[in-house]
Amino acid sequence: MAAPAPTIEAVGLTVRYGPKTAVDGIDLRVDRGEVVALLGRNGAGKTSTVEALEGYRPLAAGRVRVLGLDPQSRADHRALTGRIGVMLQKGGVYPGMSPAEAVRLFARYYRDPLDPQSLLERLDLTGVAATPWRRLSGGEQQRLSLALALVGRPEVAFLDEPTAGVDPGGRLAIRGQVAELRDSGVTVVLTTHELEEAERLADRIVILNRGRVVAAGSPAQLAESDPDSARIRFAAPAGLDVVSLAAEMQAPVSEERPGEYLVAAAGGPAALARLTAWLAARDLPLRDLRTGSRLEEIFLRVTSSEDPE
Amino acid sequence: MRAWRAQVGAELRLTARRGDSVLLNLAIPVGLLVFFSVVDVLPKPAGVRHPVQFLTPGVMALAVMSTAMVSLGIATGFERQYGVLKRLGATPLGRGRLLTAKIASIAVVEIAQVAVLVGIGLALGWSPGGPVGLALPAILAATVAFAGLGLLMAGSLRAEVTLAAANGLYLLLLLLGGMIFPLSKLPTPLRDVARVLPAGALSDALHGALTAGSGVPLRAWIVLAVWAVGAPVLAARLFRWE
Repeated sequence: MAAPAPTIEAVGLTVRYGPKTAVDGIDLRVDRGEVVALLGRNGAGKTSTVEALEGYRPLAAGRVRVLGLDPQSRADHRALTGRIGVMLQKGGVYPGMSPAEAVRLFARYYRDPLDPQSLLERLDLTGVAATPWRRLSGGEQQRLSLALALVGRPEVAFLDEPTAGVDPGGRLAIRGQVAELRDSGVTVVLTTHELEEAERLADRIVILNRGRVVAAGSPAQLAESDPDSARIRFAAPAGLDVVSLAAEMQAPVSEERPGEYLVAAAGGPAALARLTAWLAARDLPLRDLRTGSRLEEIFLRVTSSEDPE
Repeated sequence: MRAWRAQVGAELRLTARRGDSVLLNLAIPVGLLVFFSVVDVLPKPAGVRHPVQFLTPGVMALAVMSTAMVSLGIATGFERQYGVLKRLGATPLGRGRLLTAKIASIAVVEIAQVAVLVGIGLALGWSPGGPVGLALPAILAATVAFAGLGLLMAGSLRAEVTLAAANGLYLLLLLLGGMIFPLSKLPTPLRDVARVLPAGALSDALHGALTAGSGVPLRAWIVLAVWAVGAPVLAARLFRWE
């Protein structure tokens, strides 16, 4: 049986602004119900990629299909607008319009919209439902922008920096919505330059640097594929006897910062048992135990070969 | 149609809420009409005895310019800056219906402006005459021309620059448009320039259409037609949605 067609497919996607190449021939495949995070530094090509998928940016080369349609073609784009939800990085709402008005207005654009009132409740916007957009906090503006992306019951949601400038409570609300989208089979492509956000939200992470894909996979796959993944990190009181611990672990041990240790060994059960036994024998507490590479390390390694644009 | 109607309603509500729009579209035209009709200090064209006879058609022209050029230009410029135009382009409303909704909302505002100004003019003693029906095509052509100029600024300049340029042009055309100062009282070189501007042509057309014993000069139609074609074409070529 043939594999199902991808919800989003980009082949050789290239975007240029005059002589500057923002996206340099990337390939991307996103299946139904997947949450994919495009991760990269500022200027890595994340927004240009998403905007090309949305049909906002003309392609210099390559081809793109979203739900089997070509967003670059005017007729297909028109057909797509009722099936996709878009959250811009910034703005997109009339400054004098309140969340209640904006959600009601956007609901009128779609055939089978969500109930505006329940959407405002889900995104914790009822308290500011009558406040003009320009007077909302950054987090409230982002949540409203997300509400407008969702009101049309999209099959694909493009979320550009959904948690940028959002307070911790707002982040939780947005993460909850992304999880609900995934559970209901909606495909989500989001951009972020926050590593923790990508790790928490995404099934798959695509790391971009200078317009190219430099790493891709699930957070676990990325960690395993890292050549430096054979590591155990933990926190304990500063000044441990690392020579003794290294002898126990049969691997080099270093104190990277006071109280933060790195063991150059794979984090298998046997190694972890030796570590915890060594600490227990000395009645020492153990905190923040992690095995493998951190996404941060992988990100820095794959994006450090060249400076971002 | 449902989306379009909702958009027209939203455009009208937002226009009514913007202080600058209410000032430009209603307060200033009404203020000028009432004040200079009661306080007879402005020069009048030959044969006009009461200032309201000249001011009512002139202020109507001013109101059309305010709505179609200044108000539309400034609002659209800021909507572009805030990413509203870009965002709405990704909804089923689309750019085409967004533009027609804006045009429809301008038409509604202009109908209200004309109704208010006619009512006040009549109350102040204005007696319209002449080929009144010609006022409608003149207002339509001028609306298209002014909207083209407004969108040209909104789509090619930063919002703050559009704000300054639209207000500057408003003042210039108010003075050179034959709306409250008769074109016939301007020095000849200035008058010749004023007559080829859309404000002067609309003013000439409305004075001709609404004054007994006169008519709309052919020159006014030609000037309006040229601006009504040229300004939107230029706006369409230079307009950037974001």
